[in-house]
Amino acid sequence: MTFIEVASIDDIPVRGARCVKTAFGRIAIFRTASDEIFAMEDRCPHKGGPLSQGIVHGSSVTCPLHNWVISLETGKAQGADEGAVATIPVKREGNRILIALASLQRPAA
Amino acid sequence: MRDKLVIIGNGMAPGRMLEHLLKAAPERYDITIFNAEPRVNYDRIMLSPVLSGEKEFEQIIIHGDGWYIKNGITLYKGHKITAIDREARSVISDHGVVKCYDKLVIATGSAPMILPVPGNNLAGVLTYRDLDDVHAMMLAAQSRTKAVVIGGGLLGLEAAAGLKAREMDVTVLHLMPTLMERQLDPAAGYLLQKAIEQRGIKIKTKASTKAILGNGKVEGVELADGTVIPASLVVMAAGIRPSTSLAKDAGLEINRGIVAREGMLTSDPAILAIGECAEVDGHVYGLVAPLYEMARVAALHLAGEGDTKFVHNDTPTKLKVTGIDLFSLGDFADGADRQEIVLRDPSAGIYKRVVLKDNRIVGTVLFGDTADGAWFHDLKKKETDISDMRDTLIFGQAYQGGAPLDPTAAVAALPDDAEICGCNGVCKGSITTAIAKKGLTSIDDVRAHTKASASCGSCTGLVEQVMKLALGDAYNPTAVQPVCGCTTLAHDDVRRLIKAKGLKTIPAVMQELQWATSCGCAKCRPALNYYLVCDWPDEYADDYQSRFINERAHANIQKDGTYSVVPRMWGGMTSAKELRAIADVVDKFGIPTVKVTGGQRIDMLGISKEDLPAVWADLGKAGFVSGHAYAKGLRTVKTCVGSDWCRFGTQDSTGLGIRIEKFMWGSWTPAKVKMAVSGCPRNCAEATCKDVGIICVDSGFEIHFAGAAGLDIKGTEVLGLVKSEDEALEVIVALTQMYREQGRYLERIYKWAKRIGSAEIRKQVLNDKDKRRAYYDRFVFSQKFAQCDPWSERVSGVDKHEFQPLAARAPAQAAE
Repeated sequence: MTFIEVASIDDIPVRGARCVKTAFGRIAIFRTASDEIFAMEDRCPHKGGPLSQGIVHGSSVTCPLHNWVISLETGKAQGADEGAVATIPVKREGNRILIALASLQRPAA
Repeated sequence: MRDKLVIIGNGMAPGRMLEHLLKAAPERYDITIFNAEPRVNYDRIMLSPVLSGEKEFEQIIIHGDGWYIKNGITLYKGHKITAIDREARSVISDHGVVKCYDKLVIATGSAPMILPVPGNNLAGVLTYRDLDDVHAMMLAAQSRTKAVVIGGGLLGLEAAAGLKAREMDVTVLHLMPTLMERQLDPAAGYLLQKAIEQRGIKIKTKASTKAILGNGKVEGVELADGTVIPASLVVMAAGIRPSTSLAKDAGLEINRGIVAREGMLTSDPAILAIGECAEVDGHVYGLVAPLYEMARVAALHLAGEGDTKFVHNDTPTKLKVTGIDLFSLGDFADGADRQEIVLRDPSAGIYKRVVLKDNRIVGTVLFGDTADGAWFHDLKKKETDISDMRDTLIFGQAYQGGAPLDPTAAVAALPDDAEICGCNGVCKGSITTAIAKKGLTSIDDVRAHTKASASCGSCTGLVEQVMKLALGDAYNPTAVQPVCGCTTLAHDDVRRLIKAKGLKTIPAVMQELQWATSCGCAKCRPALNYYLVCDWPDEYADDYQSRFINERAHANIQKDGTYSVVPRMWGGMTSAKELRAIADVVDKFGIPTVKVTGGQRIDMLGISKEDLPAVWADLGKAGFVSGHAYAKGLRTVKTCVGSDWCRFGTQDSTGLGIRIEKFMWGSWTPAKVKMAVSGCPRNCAEATCKDVGIICVDSGFEIHFAGAAGLDIKGTEVLGLVKSEDEALEVIVALTQMYREQGRYLERIYKWAKRIGSAEIRKQVLNDKDKRRAYYDRFVFSQKFAQCDPWSERVSGVDKHEFQPLAARAPAQAAE
């Protein structure tokens, strides 16, 4: 799997997210309170809301449009809601954050 | 190619049918719905709690917009189908939309009966059928004092109770000698009448309406005996009639309703009919349980799983008036082959009657104590022979077989297939299974997963008993509502402890108050952040990651992820220079939509996040600052032109509005705060539905508060009259500060005021001058830290990361 660098960890606020615009769609990169990094499509499975704009808590994010809670680990909607976002493999090399290139080469839905 | 399914009507029956169909055959149809009402699918039987103010419309929505989008269903809101062309298999709406179908479902429901009496078309004569009727009644209740409800059935009595809760003087007219005579025997009807009269509602039975009087609008109702009852609002609730005209024009077989057979098919096999408009074996229905059964049968047909027959089944009737317990089931007429067991306890207002035939229950009426309703229903449904318990039957389940049991034990004794929720046909076993499998702990969870208690809610008590059985001590329904799942503490406790323990950061609050999660959730973090901002204005460092995106980006996120920008226009005043600057910004950034807001400002919509700082930079050059249209904080102060221009203006309302806005902008509050100043009692600035409003009069300034014109509609209450602008400002600021210090996060002023009491608020911010001054001083102090324009800060580089996406770097660089 080829990884490409998208950010330094300092680019992302703790309990926050940034997005990367790619030719294949928007990717959200999350940083949790414990400095774990996750990446997934920046599209809520409910109505396509930009998850990178949501509030990050624990290892979940709450979508800014209608408060669906998405697990950063599995991409699955939590609670009674059903749906899932594609997650993207992430690697850390020191402060550098890399995500799996293959995931970007799949045209966005 | 998928088959095309077209549905006319979007009430509860088709909503339920689609749930079944999407489960059984999700890919089979392209689905289109035409709804004559301009809204999504909601729980019509919960309109009464909306009318009485116990619930809000949002709480009774069954399928929100998201559900239709998620399931790929096209919903035409506000489209009435005007004709069905059976040859071409198409329908046409009043807006000219034509849709072809392979299968058509008619679910047009029913229409209220309008009495054929003179004056039935006067303004002020309403029916009780949909949300529009409820809104009309709520509006009428504000300005009118006397109401007459024609019809003492289920709907009429619920409407009367709702109007009474809105403080109207209500009289119910009923044609028959006792109320709800179709569901209750005369004894229970009498008890019901007494219970309703005790609530201050007048009841006239054997009252035949002759005419509705009035000149252009309703002034009274005249009865056949010549009595005239004054009224400015008349609600007709004299029954419903299936809406069949569309089907009739299309040549389908009609009797009282649209005749439906196996699979709910009409006389045309491509067309189904369900709901209140359908007739099966000579019966039409108005209660939800049989309608849901029709929905299930129709869904089976559409999914290709065979045609079953809708079977008639008695449904219990319950009245949704808080504090009146009433249960009626089956047939309770006397007869030679029937026996009855009756229990009366006049002092407690209890009446129970069970009608037996061949030692089996055929009917039950319970008044005052309905706890055993489910048990009697179960015995009747299963046709249980009750000979062995005949002597104690009427005392209920708890008295069978020895010592009395507590209510939980009674529920424990119910078999797994006993029906708990009649509306949704949910039995005890499904609830306990869902609780165990999905780890449900709250009534809301159970509603979300099983639908039990999710329609009319009258079985909530039973569902709670089932939960108590399943969960033991883990279930405590009387506990205060905690802030969220992260804590057991309620908002008020958290606020108190923040002050008492001197907690000044979010981690400190979570540590000291034993939060169950490591860093909270999207519900508690914004609340805590607000409480800390409010309580420690000079010391607390605002945690932007705990703010909702709108307050982080200082713009309003839209459904497509773009943002909207609303600059402040002080008191709603603008100028050629400002308008020109806005026009230039719109051109320069290609902003697709420009709209005038309800708060007397201009909204620019569809701006990408990256463009926001540049848009603000240009607006800033023209003198604009953020309008905080996204904030839980001071939004707008609407004004009229007042004594500057208006021939009726008594004071400088524009000037006062601008003064208030300049003094208070930037302050954070528990929920949004909207204000207005009107220059005279004609009230052109609509100050009497605002969080805080001022009506200028000759002798000074009348200060209003606790209005609402959103989910709820509520006129303001008068706080008091003050003589000068200075005093008005001080009172308003003190009021806002009191709310800032006591309000629960997201609680608007009118809800806070209801909780605290207007008298207490008046005492503290109007009468007690020292208290008022102390509140005022604390507000002024906090403004020192709050009043900096967030837009200009960001133009000069604050939070740059928020507005720029990351750039992916070339893979070659990253390969090493």
